[in-house]
Amino acid sequence: MAAKEKPKFAMYWAASCGGCEISTLNMGDKILEVDKAFDVAFWPCVADFKVKDVEGYPDGYIDLCLFNGAIRNSENEEMAHLLRKKSKVLVAFGSCASEGCIPALSNLTTAEATLRTVYLDNPSTDNPKKVLPQPFTKVPEGTIQIPVFYERVKSLDQVVPVDYVMPGCPPESHQIAAVMDAVITSVLLPPPGRTIIGAGSVAVCEECPRQKNVKRIKRFYRSHEITPDPEICLLEQGILCMGIATRAGCGALCPRVNMRCEGCYGPLDGIEDQGANMIAAIASVIEEGSGPLAGIDEADLQRRIGEVMDTLVDPAGTFYRFNMARSLLMRARPTGHGVEKGVA
Amino acid sequence: MKQITIDPVTRLEGHGKIEIFLNDKGKVANTYFVIPELRGFERFCVGRPAEEMPRITNRICGVCPEAHHMAATKALDALYHVEPTPAAKKIREMFYSAFYVADHTTHFYALGGPDFVVGPDAPPAERNILGVVHKVGLEIGKQVIDARIRNHHVIRTIGGRGVHPVAGLPGGWSKAITKEEREELEQIARQNVEFGLFSLKVFEDIVLGNQEYVDLITSDAYTHRTYYMGTVDANNRVNFYDGMVRVVDPDGKEFVKYHPKDYLQHIAEHTEPWTYLKFPFLKGVGWKGFVDGADSGVYVATPLSRLNAADGMATPRAQEAFEKMYETLGSKKVNGRYEPVHFRLATHWARLIELLYAAERMLELISDPEITDPNTRAPITATPDEGVGCVEAPRGTLTHHYWTDERGILTKVNLIVGTTNNYAPIAMSVKKAAQSLIKEGTVITDGLLNRIEMAFRAYDPCIGCATHTLPGQMPLEVTIYAADGSIIERLRR
Repeated sequence: MAAKEKPKFAMYWAASCGGCEISTLNMGDKILEVDKAFDVAFWPCVADFKVKDVEGYPDGYIDLCLFNGAIRNSENEEMAHLLRKKSKVLVAFGSCASEGCIPALSNLTTAEATLRTVYLDNPSTDNPKKVLPQPFTKVPEGTIQIPVFYERVKSLDQVVPVDYVMPGCPPESHQIAAVMDAVITSVLLPPPGRTIIGAGSVAVCEECPRQKNVKRIKRFYRSHEITPDPEICLLEQGILCMGIATRAGCGALCPRVNMRCEGCYGPLDGIEDQGANMIAAIASVIEEGSGPLAGIDEADLQRRIGEVMDTLVDPAGTFYRFNMARSLLMRARPTGHGVEKGVA
Repeated sequence: MKQITIDPVTRLEGHGKIEIFLNDKGKVANTYFVIPELRGFERFCVGRPAEEMPRITNRICGVCPEAHHMAATKALDALYHVEPTPAAKKIREMFYSAFYVADHTTHFYALGGPDFVVGPDAPPAERNILGVVHKVGLEIGKQVIDARIRNHHVIRTIGGRGVHPVAGLPGGWSKAITKEEREELEQIARQNVEFGLFSLKVFEDIVLGNQEYVDLITSDAYTHRTYYMGTVDANNRVNFYDGMVRVVDPDGKEFVKYHPKDYLQHIAEHTEPWTYLKFPFLKGVGWKGFVDGADSGVYVATPLSRLNAADGMATPRAQEAFEKMYETLGSKKVNGRYEPVHFRLATHWARLIELLYAAERMLELISDPEITDPNTRAPITATPDEGVGCVEAPRGTLTHHYWTDERGILTKVNLIVGTTNNYAPIAMSVKKAAQSLIKEGTVITDGLLNRIEMAFRAYDPCIGCATHTLPGQMPLEVTIYAADGSIIERLRR
């Protein structure tokens, strides 16, 4: 009798930093178990398979595909379609694939402005002929092609249907190990449909050792403006800790070294827009000035709230640092979905 | 005219490709090393609060986030005109040294080293970390894994997270080191020094003990005479965390030594339409295209470059190893310093010397009781305006330059990252390797892929910094096009 064929595993990076791969490799011994349990069908960081090989697989040949990185250019999108077609289970792995992550801050600007900043209005660039990268370049010996730089950064689920989402920038190694363990031992995953795996269902605050008291915020502090008390909740100290609006799973690593949660594990269950959720959460802890509120008129109240809010800089880049691509803010834009023209 | 596309599909998928054009006689007419990706940090960081840059720019590269975190943190020191406290400075450099040990270990044993340890002609399936373990034994393999684990533990303890640390602040560091942590870290540093010495011994036994490898290292195919860049301390010795940027010419004479804040007077970047990455060059010499020699502004910033640009190492065991390398490779002392080594494959040796230096430096810093001083944050009082932060990333000099309004909101950002420095040199090395292998009438075989890969890998190109992928790995695909554009042959591994 022939040996039972092992399930096929794939991992791919689109527009990413490589941190998801490092976090996966940092699983230690578990990586050997993955190697034992699966046949690697495609994993550019580790194994010598090519896109041509993937193109040759029957549809649904790959049992589990972890896709990290955002959709930044035409090549990323082509790979997303190819891997969706060839995979039974497609996981948006890490913050970039899940919700755009930091590269999606680019959605606050335009492709044209980005290219201008990098190649033209740049203090170290020596570009008298104003050369910009082009999709096709005629060189004396032939033609060279490069991918098209898109107007907007998209999450994976904005170009293909996604079965599961594994949040985090990057997902913590112990969470990756737990998910791989479940898959290897055939523990049933929850029903697919952009379902969150490898994370908690509560807020980061639940994992945070800091004491929470009921206290109202008179102003916000930026990270360099205050040395926080090491025991007390950072938000209560006026630091814009995103833990209250962020899914648990990391173990509250950043607050443990006196830094705020930046929100990399994404929105809580049932919340579409992490930024809006955070804004609602802090609205409830703002203390409207120091004087007694009784009898003050509406204009005065607005002024006092304004004073508190003035201490909050860059709300878009703070509340939406990791989920700009999927935010309601971006989806309201006319180019929010579908094919769009790119620039290169 | 034939066109050969080397698409580094595996392990550099979508993040770099090489186009080789042959003339009618079958000789190499030209090569192009293409970087097909851009993310645009310089644009989307505008409008962000500057103090967030250590936690935003570490996402440039998940392989070396510590380098971007540190360059950004130092740029904030300059921006806010604040001197970090003595403890903060020591913590930062100690943290950075542990990162160097981890990163150089990964490269030597898993990425670049297998070419030598297992052999350049071994099958690709064996030229990896497992092949190294088979060749040198399981015990050594375990040491390598342990080295990575313990130094990642340091990074997480001191920086907050294993990937993408968070603790850098203008004038300081968010986390102090406790006495218990210091004791544990000192043990780790001692193990690192042992590991550094051990790794050099492995290199000597396996590589230097084999004349074939030595011939390969010193062969013309892997030699370029260029300028070399590196950061040096007050005594012109290698430093990763701080100092002056020194550039030496191909003969080893100091060409310029400048404070990192003055980089715009000395470095400019050339643009080509067929790639998203720019080509930095020395302004004082000028961009003359992809050529080496003293008349071309092309410079290199790698472990070997840092050693070439410096007069020596600041720690005793690393200094011994430094002298041994230059003596062995036949470099003479001129005006008290060794002539540069131009053999690109010697970069692997230089990397191990740096690993030992990083370990010794870590031990020095963690042994200093002052490192546990809880005062890790200097008060911020000045108005921010402009600041440059510079460190030696493992893959080259890394510069972050920020401009802000008076609230510290970024108005302009410029970044020249490690691997980018080496873009033109890598392109040149690829071309030379292709030229030395593809001759009239030569049938293209896998050997071409191996040798070009080696030319590339010596630089440990963290295309993560340039295009974002694991450094060093580059199995290849070659497509040969006829003059009419039809595909004649496709070679893959």
